[in-house]
Amino acid sequence: MGLGDEMKDQLNFLGGFKLTLQHMTRPRVTRQYPEEKKPKQPRQHGRHVLNRYEDGMEKCIGCELCAGVCPADCIYVRGLDNPPDHPVSPGERYGYVYEINYLRCIHCDMCVEACPTEAITESKLFEFSFTNRSDAIYTKAELVVDDNGMPQKLPWEDWREGDDMMTSGWMRATSPSGNAAYEGEVQWSGELGYGTRAPEGGQSANRDDALTGTKALRDVLESHLLAEDTPIEHTGMQGRMWRAKIGAERNKKKMEATRARMKELRAARKAAKAEKKS
Amino acid sequence: MSYFDPLFHAGLNWQVWLIVIIKVLVAFVALLVATALMIWFERKVISDMQSRIGPNRAGPWGLLQTFADGTKLIFKEDLLPDQADSFVFKLAPYLAVIPAVLIFSVVPVGGVIRIGTHIFELQVADPPIGILVVLAMSGIAVYGVMLAGWSSGSKYPLLGSVRASAQVISYEAALGMTVVMVVLVSHSLSTRAIVRSQAAGFWDWNLIRLGFLPFIFFMIAITAELTRPPFDLTEAEQELVGGFHTEYSSIRFGLFFLAEFMNTITMSAIVVTLFFGGPDGPIPRFIPTSDIWMPVLWFLIKTVAFCFIYVWFRAALPRLRYDQLMDLGWKRLIPMTLAWLLLIASVIAWHWAGLIMVVVVALAAGLLLRANKLGDGRSEADAIIPPVGAPVSPAPRLSPVPPHGGNDGAGA
Repeated sequence: MGLGDEMKDQLNFLGGFKLTLQHMTRPRVTRQYPEEKKPKQPRQHGRHVLNRYEDGMEKCIGCELCAGVCPADCIYVRGLDNPPDHPVSPGERYGYVYEINYLRCIHCDMCVEACPTEAITESKLFEFSFTNRSDAIYTKAELVVDDNGMPQKLPWEDWREGDDMMTSGWMRATSPSGNAAYEGEVQWSGELGYGTRAPEGGQSANRDDALTGTKALRDVLESHLLAEDTPIEHTGMQGRMWRAKIGAERNKKKMEATRARMKELRAARKAAKAEKKS
Repeated sequence: MSYFDPLFHAGLNWQVWLIVIIKVLVAFVALLVATALMIWFERKVISDMQSRIGPNRAGPWGLLQTFADGTKLIFKEDLLPDQADSFVFKLAPYLAVIPAVLIFSVVPVGGVIRIGTHIFELQVADPPIGILVVLAMSGIAVYGVMLAGWSSGSKYPLLGSVRASAQVISYEAALGMTVVMVVLVSHSLSTRAIVRSQAAGFWDWNLIRLGFLPFIFFMIAITAELTRPPFDLTEAEQELVGGFHTEYSSIRFGLFFLAEFMNTITMSAIVVTLFFGGPDGPIPRFIPTSDIWMPVLWFLIKTVAFCFIYVWFRAALPRLRYDQLMDLGWKRLIPMTLAWLLLIASVIAWHWAGLIMVVVVALAAGLLLRANKLGDGRSEADAIIPPVGAPVSPAPRLSPVPPHGGNDGAGA
C-alpha cells in the first residue's frame, strides 16, 4: 500500500459528510402516525370479541379452556347452566362471567386456538388506551358482538376503517386446532353478521384452487409459517443449497438471454456493415 | 496595542450603569432563546440528515418543542441519589451553566453604537484579556462535568467524568496553541481588537492570514472541548447510559442540557470571532459604517453556519474510540499545532527565520512520523528486542485452570 492509498484510507470518513447532505434531499421515512397509518396485516392480533351465531345465540359455552390456556392469566370465565326457558347459548352451559384484563393480555391468540366453538376471536384493533384500571378489564357486555355481528366500539378505542372487518379471520383461515397447514373441508358454522366465510386456498375440498388461482397462505408467505410446516429440503444447509440452485438457474437463464441478445446485436451490426460496403 | 471599553472613558454614572444592565439582560435573554432554537435546529437538521422529520408537534414546525421539554423538566421530580454528595451534586449543574453564559459576554456581536455622548460596543463586556476569559470559563465548565460525575456516587457517571477530564485536558493544549496563533497576528487578547484586526478586508480574516490549518485544528479541538460528537465519549449514550448526567433528573439535568447547547452556540461565535472576522461582512465593512443591523446580521449568519457544521459533524462522523481520541489529540493535533505555531511565530519575527523553521519543522515531523510508526508496530519490535524489565519469554502455564478457580481469568 502506497502513501497515497494510506491517505485515502485515513480520509475516507469524509464520505459521511457527502452522504448526510444527500440524505437531506431524500424522501422522509417517517410516518405521521395518528394521521396516517400502515395497513394492518390480515391476521393482526388485536382486541378480542365474543361471537354469536346467526340466530343471535352466544357461541361461548363457558368451558374455561381459554382461561386455562392463557399464559398471561388474563381471562376470567365462569360458566352457568343455561336457563331452559330462554337459553343464552345452544350448549348445556354458557359463559356467565367473561372478563379479559388488557393490562395483562399479550395477544398471543392461544385462547382463540383453544376455543372449541370459535366463540372468542380477535379483531384488528390495538389502539385503545385507558385512563383507569377498571376500563382495562373488559366485561362480557363489552366483548360480545352487537346484533349486526360487529364488535362494540367503546369510547376509548380508536377504531379505523377495516379494523372490525374479518374479525374472526385468523381462526377461519385455519383448522379448529390452529394448524395453518390444515387442508380439508370447511366445517365452521355461520356467524352473526358474517355468515359462512369462504375458505382460503388449500382449505376447501369443493373448489379447484389451481383453476381459481387461489393460493394457500403458506405458499405465499413461507417465512410466516412454523418450522414444521416448511419442507425439510428448504431449511438449514439444504435450504441454502436449494436457494442457491434456484438462484443459479435464474442467473443462468438471464445470462443466456443476454448472450442471445448480444449475438443478435452483433449479427445485426455485421449485416449493417456488410450492407454499407456493398 | 491595548484596548479598553469606550463606554467607561467618561467615568461611571447612572446612564452607563443603565446601558450595562440593558446589555446584560438583552444578551442573557437572547442567549437563552437562541439555545432553545439551537436545540430545535439540531433536532431538525439531524433528522433531515437521517431522512426523518423531527419535532413537528409543538408550535409551527415544532418550534416550541424545546419550551415544552423545558416545562416538563421543571415539573419533574428532582431525584437525589442515596450515595450522592448532596452539596456538590446540587452545585455541579450551575458550574456547567454559569461559565457557558459568561463566555458569551466577551463575544463581539456587532459594531459600535452612539447614544448621546455615550459610545458603546454591541458586546456585554470587553475585558483586555478577552480570549483568556473564554479559555478560563471553558476550563471551569469541566469542573461542572467532573463534579457531577464524581458526586453522583455511581460508576457510569464517574467513568463519564473521568473520560471528560482526560479528554478536555488533552485538547486544551492544542486549543490554547491555536488561540496563541490568532493572538500573535492580532497583537491583542481583547476579542474586540481581534475582530478589528481582521476588518481590513476578506483576505485579512485570520482564516486566510493564518493559512486555513489553524482553523481546522481549532474546530477539532473545540469540538472535543465541547464534548460534542464525534468526541462525545463523556456522555456516550450507547456506552455509558448517559455519562456524567446519568443520575440527574428534572431541571438539574435540564441545566446540563442547556449548558451543552449554549456552549455550542458560544463556541460557534468564538470561531467566528477568531477566524471569520466576527460581525465583519465581506461587503459592508462595519468599522467605518454606523450601520447597526448589517454587522449583527453577518455575525448571526456566520454563527448559524457553524452551528450547522457541528450538527453535521454529529450526523456524519462515528464516535472515536478512546485510544483514537488520545492518538488524535497527542500524536497528531498537538505536534501539528506546535509546528504551525513555530512557523507563524518565526515568520512574524523575521522572514528568513521562517525559512529556517520550515526546515526544522520538516525534520522534526519526519522524526515524529518515524517514532509513531515504530510505536504502532511495537508488538513486533517487542518480540525481537524485549523491553527492559520484561521477562525474556513468558513462563508457560501448566494448568489451564487457575488454582483458586476464579472466573475472572486472572493469570491468563
